[in-house]
Amino acid sequence: MSETPLLEVKGLTKSFGGVQAVNGISFTLNKGDLLGIIGPNGSGKTTTVNLISGFVKATSGRVIFKGRDITNMPPYKIVRLGIARTFQMVKPFYQLPAFKNMIIPLYSPRVKALAGGKYGDRDAVALDLLEEVGFERDNQVAYKAASVLPQGYLKRLELAKAISLQPDIMILDELFSGLSLAEVASIVPIIEKLLLEGKTIIMIEHRLKELFRIASRVIVLNFGEKIADGVAKEVMESDEVKKAYLGSEE
Amino acid sequence: MKKRKERIDRGIKVRSEDIFALSSWREMLYFAAPRVIPVAVFILLPLVLGDYWQRVYLSVAVFALLAISWDILSQSGMISLGQALFFGMGAYCSGVLNHYFGISPFLTIPIAAVVGGAICTVMLLPVLRLRGVYFSMVTLIIPLMLERVIEATKIFGGTEGLSGLDVLPSKWLEMYILVAAMIAALFGFRRMMTSDYGLVLTGIKDNDRSVMNAGINIYWFKIQALFIASAVGAFAGAMMTHVYRFVGMPVFALDYSILPIAAVMVGGPGSFAGAVLGAFILVPLSEALRALGGLRIVFYGVFLVVFVVGMPEGIFHFIARKYSQFERWAEVDK
Repeated sequence: MSETPLLEVKGLTKSFGGVQAVNGISFTLNKGDLLGIIGPNGSGKTTTVNLISGFVKATSGRVIFKGRDITNMPPYKIVRLGIARTFQMVKPFYQLPAFKNMIIPLYSPRVKALAGGKYGDRDAVALDLLEEVGFERDNQVAYKAASVLPQGYLKRLELAKAISLQPDIMILDELFSGLSLAEVASIVPIIEKLLLEGKTIIMIEHRLKELFRIASRVIVLNFGEKIADGVAKEVMESDEVKKAYLGSEE
Repeated sequence: MKKRKERIDRGIKVRSEDIFALSSWREMLYFAAPRVIPVAVFILLPLVLGDYWQRVYLSVAVFALLAISWDILSQSGMISLGQALFFGMGAYCSGVLNHYFGISPFLTIPIAAVVGGAICTVMLLPVLRLRGVYFSMVTLIIPLMLERVIEATKIFGGTEGLSGLDVLPSKWLEMYILVAAMIAALFGFRRMMTSDYGLVLTGIKDNDRSVMNAGINIYWFKIQALFIASAVGAFAGAMMTHVYRFVGMPVFALDYSILPIAAVMVGGPGSFAGAVLGAFILVPLSEALRALGGLRIVFYGVFLVVFVVGMPEGIFHFIARKYSQFERWAEVDK
């Protein structure tokens, strides 16, 4: 695809005091891609995502989405333009039933605008969306309080909240962490389905095996800098990446 | 054998929550009683009270409104220590409009509720972005500051205040406007907070990042909640101005900030019913203890400590639980 990229990140930099959390990262993202962002702990993956989604203000650099500069916009405006994200630490409203947790994103002006100025019955929409991510209807799990749901369902809930915003780009921050192999295996097809629907996805992951199955491209960060960018297999062959993950031999 | 207490919903609660509520008078009564009985009491009470206790009842309604206003803010994640700001702003707005412009109380009261609410909202706008204790500190300071400003600049009658203001045509009208406002606020805001709109407000309290992440401008929602709460407080202040025919510096006193919080704590936060119940307990108690003079504060303090320590959920939630659930001892599974 040679058209203008959906998302363009140019020299993004963030320093917290003296620490360079993210240092001059640049990449582009085309529509329909699944970009994996990987790297050791503290390499700046989550900070990069926070910079794109507006939760952290950039020290310098620019984020351009659909040709529009969205650097340092407040998070809610970025969501309205079409970038939705999940959080690594899920923090649902525990006392509410799972489907009621969906009401807040469904209340979003973006959802209203996309639905032609009407909200409709949010409870019904919430149940439909939850079914899509695996809240089986027959066992009433969507009606259970979030506090009694296992981690796997809470992660699905987080995913459903992002899907409900009908974003152009979805950023999934460590969706697979804390999940069993079986749980991950049941979420992967949901993401594959989203890709088939033409969604563009950025995934931060430590579970590389699962990520490489679905990612079309991977970038590797280390100490806030991009050290590799390309197809998963090739990237992992690079010496610099091996050094970052396994340590140098010296 | 180890045992634990378990709580189980009463059968009648389960039945009355569904279409089966219509199955018998008993179910319907179970469902309607907690709503109808308090409303009937609110409406009939003034008829059986003497002159003095009618005055106390007016205070109860005013503090119930201030407590509801506090609860709206706290459920939206803003802990206010300055309900006196809302109360005083409403009181001065209606006092000034009536004293200097001769506008009738029928107009000054609604205008004061809206304009007073708007002024308070604008005054607190800069601190709305602050979280937690910073918002509280500023709300505590502003009414005390305004008191000194009025004293120093001698505006609006200075330390003397404005007296001889118009009253509403009859004391029954005063009474029932306040009672109606209290009932409307109690049930109206309960409904608001359980709607999807209210869910967004409580969402801001629990996890504001998650709400922002849903594409919702949390400051706009906080502004709305702040305006609603301050308009309720300003309305209470405007009413009292015309009841006492006077407005002066005491309307910014700490009492109007602290007693509503105490009422919510005793009654139970997060339900509005608790706020009203708390006002019904604390205001008459405070009147009854008036004879004790300075010692009143001690009794009052002990009473509060007992509740905060012994029943942190508040009386309302305790009663509500007993009403809908029973407890029994069950064996603990091995």
